[in-house]
Amino acid sequence: MSYYLNELLFGIYPYIAILVMVLGCILRYDQNPYSWKADSSQLLRSKGMRWGSNLFHIGIILLFFGHLVGLLTPEAVYHLVMSAAVKQKLAMIAGGIFGVMCFIGLTILLWRRITDPRIRATSKFADILILVILYLQLILGLATIPASAQHPDGSSMIALANWAQHIVTFRGGAADFVRGEAFIFKAHIFLGLTIFLIFPFTRLVHVFSAPVKYILRPGYQIVRKRG
Amino acid sequence: MKVRAQIGMVLNLDKCIGCHTCSVTCKNVWTSRAGVEYAWFNNVETKPGVGYPRNWEDQKQWNGGWTRKSNGKIQPKMGGKFRLLSKIFANPDLPEIDDYYEPFTFDYAHLQTSGEAKDMPTARAHSAITGERMEKPEWGPNWEEILGGEFEKRSQDYNFKDIEKEMYGEFENTFMMYLPRLCEHCLNPACVASCPSGAIYKREEDGIVLIDQDKCRGWRMCVSGCPYKKIYFNWQSGKSEKCTFCYPRIENGEPTVCSETCVGRIRYLGVILYDADRIEEAASVKDEKDLYEAQIDIFLNPNDPEVIAAAKRDGVPDSWLAAAKKSPVYKMAMEWKVAFPLHPEYRTLPMVWYIPPLSPIQSRWEDGQLETDGVIPDVSKLRIPIKYLANLLTAGKEQPVTHALERMLAMRAYMRTKHVEGAPDQGILDHVGLDKPTVEDMYQIMAIANYEDRYVIPTNHREYAGKTPFDNEIAFASRSECGFTFGDGCSGGAPKKSLFGTRTHANTLNGQIRRQK
Repeated sequence: MSYYLNELLFGIYPYIAILVMVLGCILRYDQNPYSWKADSSQLLRSKGMRWGSNLFHIGIILLFFGHLVGLLTPEAVYHLVMSAAVKQKLAMIAGGIFGVMCFIGLTILLWRRITDPRIRATSKFADILILVILYLQLILGLATIPASAQHPDGSSMIALANWAQHIVTFRGGAADFVRGEAFIFKAHIFLGLTIFLIFPFTRLVHVFSAPVKYILRPGYQIVRKRG
Repeated sequence: MKVRAQIGMVLNLDKCIGCHTCSVTCKNVWTSRAGVEYAWFNNVETKPGVGYPRNWEDQKQWNGGWTRKSNGKIQPKMGGKFRLLSKIFANPDLPEIDDYYEPFTFDYAHLQTSGEAKDMPTARAHSAITGERMEKPEWGPNWEEILGGEFEKRSQDYNFKDIEKEMYGEFENTFMMYLPRLCEHCLNPACVASCPSGAIYKREEDGIVLIDQDKCRGWRMCVSGCPYKKIYFNWQSGKSEKCTFCYPRIENGEPTVCSETCVGRIRYLGVILYDADRIEEAASVKDEKDLYEAQIDIFLNPNDPEVIAAAKRDGVPDSWLAAAKKSPVYKMAMEWKVAFPLHPEYRTLPMVWYIPPLSPIQSRWEDGQLETDGVIPDVSKLRIPIKYLANLLTAGKEQPVTHALERMLAMRAYMRTKHVEGAPDQGILDHVGLDKPTVEDMYQIMAIANYEDRYVIPTNHREYAGKTPFDNEIAFASRSECGFTFGDGCSGGAPKKSLFGTRTHANTLNGQIRRQK
């Protein structure tokens, strides 16, 4: 891959994607709060939801936090607990288990969305698009496991983590870390960034509304005062 | 004591003729939109029957309402906060649209556009969801209209609990009644409690329960939480919607649309004062048969000087206190004890109450004469079993229902002696513990039911609304602006074309059939 393209995709594109996501979400929340929702289709068809939706959501939440912690924890910090090789093994096993959970769930949900006449008829373009992209991303992610097994010393993992840490801390030269890595990693990163890019234009925005505040609500009832 | 006021409703089932005018006018005003074709904020069910959605009353199936834990505290029957959130990805207690019915329309255009053919063209049913032809609709909002369908199915009715129901399947013993239903605007609403977003709230000034459409995220827990299944998930917008008690009309001192258009004059609206500090206590009583009494126990007497002083302290306006004194709802529920809450055992403390219906005397058919206890007919011989009404209105406790029906029979008998025989019989009134002015008042309000007696609604105070376009200083600035909006300028909420998601449907019930042509 040429130096220019590598710089564009992994040095500049991440900032474009994150900027679009942040501004897009703010704009949508402000301009069209009515459109901010989970957009559940369970009312129209609950078949497949119990296994599909539960496995998908639990799997993807665990995968997300696995990536977050795994990529952004500085080397010096996790070395207090484990070596890079152990960390990589942990990531491959945990990621593999959660990935398979998510894969089963997403397969059910995608099948349901495409084949069920009610769900198909009421699907927006973005609803199908996001499921397909997540599905591809998940397959790419699972396919990185054998690729990682080629470097059991954790060298690839360290390179990717360095890339992520340089991006989020606005240090130059981030793209150089991934230039020599396998294509499968690059594809996974690119598609991942693309998910950030399209985030505000899809139902994914409901992620930001995860109702943790409900747990903290004093009592159960809400009475609004006049005026 | 913390005094709050609420506009309550009473429906006199004795006078409901099952015409569905309330449902239809409500639908035309509130739910004639895509995504809520299947939703009837007001519907009328024929009882006995499983109702709409199917078997809604059975909380063993739906887990709606509240449950009392062994430590005496109540929590939503769906579970505590963590348990409830664990259902967020796939809600096992959510009805499917088929439990209501798949909304359909008919391809009327085909009648005009079909070419010359051997057979008459017909307008076939089409699903409003997919636009595809439906072979035949199999369920609808009132499929059991006037005892439609087999007794076998209708008798799954939850209110047959503890009743030998087989005999009511026989033609001679059959009985029916109508049950118009709407949101109960509960004092202890389970929908509010189960909303993870905190989008549903009860208004302090008039008790109306509303969903903030901009805060609703569509987690659909309220649909399960409400034991009356009176929250509907709009499958087009992905948000929950419910009966608004026509709050723009109520604020203006006008009755709700369902009440205004009721041809049987069965609906009553009036102010009820209650003690907000004792809601939880009332909803937590141990024996569910005591819930009816526990609820009337927290209603406050608007003529009590102590209550009036406390109400003024808590900011209830004088016009509301004046209306509370004339409230037909208070009279029926508290003074005459003829109105009851619907399924108090759900522990939501509902605020839409019902007067049980009288029915023909069974034995009259059996042996050709009326049985009386000497003064009025024996209510246990009414065609509709007392137990059935008690299961509907008092968690199975028969005595209050019997008492109410006796008073209603006595009122009829007394007015008959007065107007037909010309000699009012005081003995009838003594028999049921009524006096002459009370029964005259009951007759005036329940039988004559003049408009101004049925609806005693104080207008909302403008200061509640903050600055409105009617205030002079902002009247000019807000000239020519849009009226009601979804908070995004003058757009109607879901724009036709938007980067953030387009509509998939126009209103299919307008007869537009998708993908058919």
